[in-house]
Amino acid sequence: MRHLLDIADLSRAQLEGILDDADGFVEVLGRPIPKVPALRGKTVTTAFFEPSTRTRLSFERAAKALSADTMTFAPGTSSLSKGESLKDTVLTLQAMGTDLMIIRHQAVGAARRVSEWLSVPVVNGGDGAHQHPTQALLDTLTVRRRFGHIEGLRVAIVGDIRHSRVARSDSQAFSTLGAHVTLVAPRTLLPVTTRDWPVEVSASLDKVLPDVDVVYLLRVQTERGGASVFPSLPEYVSRFGMTRERRARLKAGAVVMHPGPMNRGVEIADEVADDPDALVLEQVSMGVAVRMAVLFRLLGGEIDG
Amino acid sequence: MDGADVRRAIRRIAHEIVEHNRGTADLVVVGIHTRGVPLAVRLAEALAEAEGPVPVGELDITLYRDDLDRRPTHRVGTTRMPGSINDRVVVLVDDVLFTGRTVRAALDALADLGRPRRVQLAVLVDRGHRELPVRADYVGKNLPTAARERVSVKLVEIDGEDAVLIGDPS
Repeated sequence: MRHLLDIADLSRAQLEGILDDADGFVEVLGRPIPKVPALRGKTVTTAFFEPSTRTRLSFERAAKALSADTMTFAPGTSSLSKGESLKDTVLTLQAMGTDLMIIRHQAVGAARRVSEWLSVPVVNGGDGAHQHPTQALLDTLTVRRRFGHIEGLRVAIVGDIRHSRVARSDSQAFSTLGAHVTLVAPRTLLPVTTRDWPVEVSASLDKVLPDVDVVYLLRVQTERGGASVFPSLPEYVSRFGMTRERRARLKAGAVVMHPGPMNRGVEIADEVADDPDALVLEQVSMGVAVRMAVLFRLLGGEIDG
Repeated sequence: MDGADVRRAIRRIAHEIVEHNRGTADLVVVGIHTRGVPLAVRLAEALAEAEGPVPVGELDITLYRDDLDRRPTHRVGTTRMPGSINDRVVVLVDDVLFTGRTVRAALDALADLGRPRRVQLAVLVDRGHRELPVRADYVGKNLPTAARERVSVKLVEIDGEDAVLIGDPS
């Protein structure tokens, strides 16, 4: 593994290898001194051309727990506003002494493009509505640690599939690991075609609810036009919102997940978000461990396979 | 060394540990991955027979290695301590003592987990060729080797048999 750009690039064995390593990092993060010297002397750069709090901070936390140094590129305060191109920006960051770059960009394929320009490993921190591989890794890690396995689980991904890189990455990762994935959304929030997706599709959350082990709620993404393709938020809530009533109809042991940030009262009700069976904060914690596993693999660990 | 030799060596080391520490109070036996772990379990069983039960831990030192850049394949293993190691006497256990670099890494890893009162080192085989100022407190067998020879320890728990083999580099 040279870069992490797309979940589809990873075999089942590679996915499981990353999750196995991440289990080890969960233990490291629980220690009195949650820091190991594995990446001492390495510099990890986050270049986020789109706003993000948790992903960027999570990567920084992961890098620091591995004793790497971090550089942060913030477009608002940079020469980007002077018209510097993406290519010149990332080459400049590499020339300063970057050993690995994490990039988030609104354009689909940006991270792959950057990986062709640079000689250091590149991690896709999100490219448009295309991919968010570390989100899929942290979600599968969270589920595997809760259930002990992923094979055979039923996962429903609910909401704005069309504009969601999380939906795409997660359905690939969960199905590669042997889960059955159902996308639940109104027609207008589904991609033009789901033919290439390893999933089933349903328009009724109420129908799939009693059978699933994991309900994965997506954020209604107003910034990507998510609100304009649905008549009204109350109607969205009535058909696809995870209300307390719907929560009660889940089978015993089923869990509710959300990538954050949550629109409380829209895709997820307050009581559901704060329920102990909601794994939202657990997902955030697992994010640090899984990103440590990715950084370690690209910088200190396995090179092939 | 065959299975009987390994058994005798572990029993002798257990007796030396008891003698040296005047019992097993505050003792924790910690195996270094991979083959130090089953050895630590066996050592703890021998200690239990001689004195009384001793807690066992396991230590993965992958993240503390000084050759991460040189050796391509690393998997992060399990580290698990049986409670706090603060003020305990930790006996680190490994199969082979060679350059001493693994022990150096294990000492660093241990320091991140707590502050033992004392750390001692038990190895099944000491094959010499140290690159760091490290020595073992308890040695199953001193095995003179050439630096380029390979020493492989096989254990029932992992390899299906107990044996210590010396071979040419493959």
